[in-house]
Amino acid sequence: MIVERKGTGGPLRLVAPDGTPMGDVDVGLPEDELRELLRLMVLARRLDEECLALQRQGELTVYPPHRGQEAAQVGSAFALGPEDFVFPSFRELAAALVRGVDPVEYLEYHRGTWHGGPYDPMATRFAPICVPVATQLCHAVGWALGARLDGLRACALAYFGDGASSEGDFHEACNLAAVWRAPVVFVCQNNRWAISVPVRSQTAGEIWRRAEGYGFPGLRVDGNDVLAVYAATREAVERARAGEGPTLIEAVTYRLGPHSTADDPTRYRDPEEVERFAAEDPIARYRAFLLARGVVDEAFVEACAKEAERRVAEIRAAVVRIPPPPAGELFRPVFAAPTAALERQRAEALGGPGG
Amino acid sequence: MVAALNAALRDALASDPRTLVMGEDVGRLGGVFRVTDGLQREFGPERVFDTPIAEAGIVGAAVGLCLAGWRPVVEMQFEGFSYPALDQVISHVAKYRYRTKGRVGLPLVIRMPFGGGIRGKEHHGESPETYYAHTAGLKVVVPSNALDAYRLLRAAIADPDPVVFLEPKARYWAKEEGILTTEGPGIGEAVVVRDGAACTIVSYGAMVHRCLEAAARLEERGIGCRVLDLRSLVPLDLGALGEAVRRTGRLVVVHEAPRTLGMGAEIAARAMEEAFDHLEAPVARVTGYDTPYPPASLEDRWLPSVERIVAAVERTVSY
Repeated sequence: MIVERKGTGGPLRLVAPDGTPMGDVDVGLPEDELRELLRLMVLARRLDEECLALQRQGELTVYPPHRGQEAAQVGSAFALGPEDFVFPSFRELAAALVRGVDPVEYLEYHRGTWHGGPYDPMATRFAPICVPVATQLCHAVGWALGARLDGLRACALAYFGDGASSEGDFHEACNLAAVWRAPVVFVCQNNRWAISVPVRSQTAGEIWRRAEGYGFPGLRVDGNDVLAVYAATREAVERARAGEGPTLIEAVTYRLGPHSTADDPTRYRDPEEVERFAAEDPIARYRAFLLARGVVDEAFVEACAKEAERRVAEIRAAVVRIPPPPAGELFRPVFAAPTAALERQRAEALGGPGG
Repeated sequence: MVAALNAALRDALASDPRTLVMGEDVGRLGGVFRVTDGLQREFGPERVFDTPIAEAGIVGAAVGLCLAGWRPVVEMQFEGFSYPALDQVISHVAKYRYRTKGRVGLPLVIRMPFGGGIRGKEHHGESPETYYAHTAGLKVVVPSNALDAYRLLRAAIADPDPVVFLEPKARYWAKEEGILTTEGPGIGEAVVVRDGAACTIVSYGAMVHRCLEAAARLEERGIGCRVLDLRSLVPLDLGALGEAVRRTGRLVVVHEAPRTLGMGAEIAARAMEEAFDHLEAPVARVTGYDTPYPPASLEDRWLPSVERIVAAVERTVSY
């Protein structure tokens, strides 16, 4: 099987940046699903562009673009089943699309009309957007332990970045998952920059190698190679479901855009570096690969772009119609039943008895 | 009280198969204070289990367990070791229901021994209740006696929201008579544990007993005190507090935690809001000092003593 090639030293890579297959590229997906991967990446890219535009137009608050990381997210999320549970950080809009989270609901977060759980996390099996760095990894371990106790054949997949690998919660989560043999797939999107700090200043070692110290497998994949990411994740998911415990996948990618719309990357990185990595673009690579193999034709590629255009227009129209929440939403449930003190504050803020 | 807490956990584990007990040394050892003694043997290592020493990870994992439909009861071994978990508690445990528009609550209990008076080493005698009480979305519960420890812990485990459950170490070995029951006042209800007309003394946890001792001594001097055991800091029983101030016109607040921004500040402000016109003297506070918790040989000088409470009441009454 493909993932066996991981022992070769370099990251697992199935498709070269120019789209050339590197040996056996059969990841076990039928052609319609191979096409679906492209369709999802194109949609994610187009939506990301639109979100940047919406932010510039004042329709969204701060937005963290994922441009360049589509393969890392789509390839990994695509390897999951409906019973699995995703624990994202805050840049996983592409993964959310794969999991069927309503992008309009998701974007309530970036519109500033609600916090990180604007969609239903239980129905979508996609936990709330998580900003405190690496904290979501512990949640994933707990969910996975709970699933194991229930005897479910399901796993948790947790996303984090290279910067998060420095946090204590990353260490605690890995260690707990290992000790409990919890069915977790840790997916590090190493996009080489934690805001302005390059990964070489974040860690002196290699992130994937830490898995060995915890007592479970780790591997590095080319995070811009959607098939490699899919294959690696698929194997980790199977291991988890089979009761063999966690896996750490380091998907090496590159954040082509700013950390967020509040960030100015020209202050800390060379534009030439960005150009160099832009040449490794995950979508262009995969499209070239599929075209060369005849899995898609130009008409499909064009239809994909058109469909993305149409869907994003719909999303945009819906997002700009999201009204500012009424003041009453300040007092959305803090507890299952409000305390007397909170009830008084509600009355004080909104009028009514005691106000 | 340890036996009452142990019984509460046992009965909760027996009555709801989704309840879990987890923490450092809670399994085979039964906890450093033996609160979980025998539970692993009875309910098995899947429902009562030791964790690595990783407080943030323990609480974070408990969040995930809640999402998977479990009801974890987490033990922090000492209050002074609970701080690594504060990020998980403040950023996630407290906010989950709100962040998810009310869709996802976390039925999670975080138990921890708290307070001083047992000749502990540093980090083993602290009173962190304000950190939790100040964080919107947490309930904060403090029993003062064994029967309440049982009742309140059962209520905390049954509660749909996260509860920080503070167990007064100084009362762990206190023996009391009575029948363990879930009946009686619940979370958010203060209890008048002694009545008197001259002054109200409000407290919680181990200090309630010191207040009762002070009240007995004051009675001998003809000063009758109402002693109000808060039992729960969030929600705070504003009705009972207002009623006590209206009845007695005078209020002394007693707690171990340092004075600045301690619960006494909140209680004084609430008393003023509830019943300013009934106050006949400034609200007095008898508390720990604004220093780190002192070494064992000095703790008696730091903790509110019966003498300090008596003196504060006398000052308040003669104001």
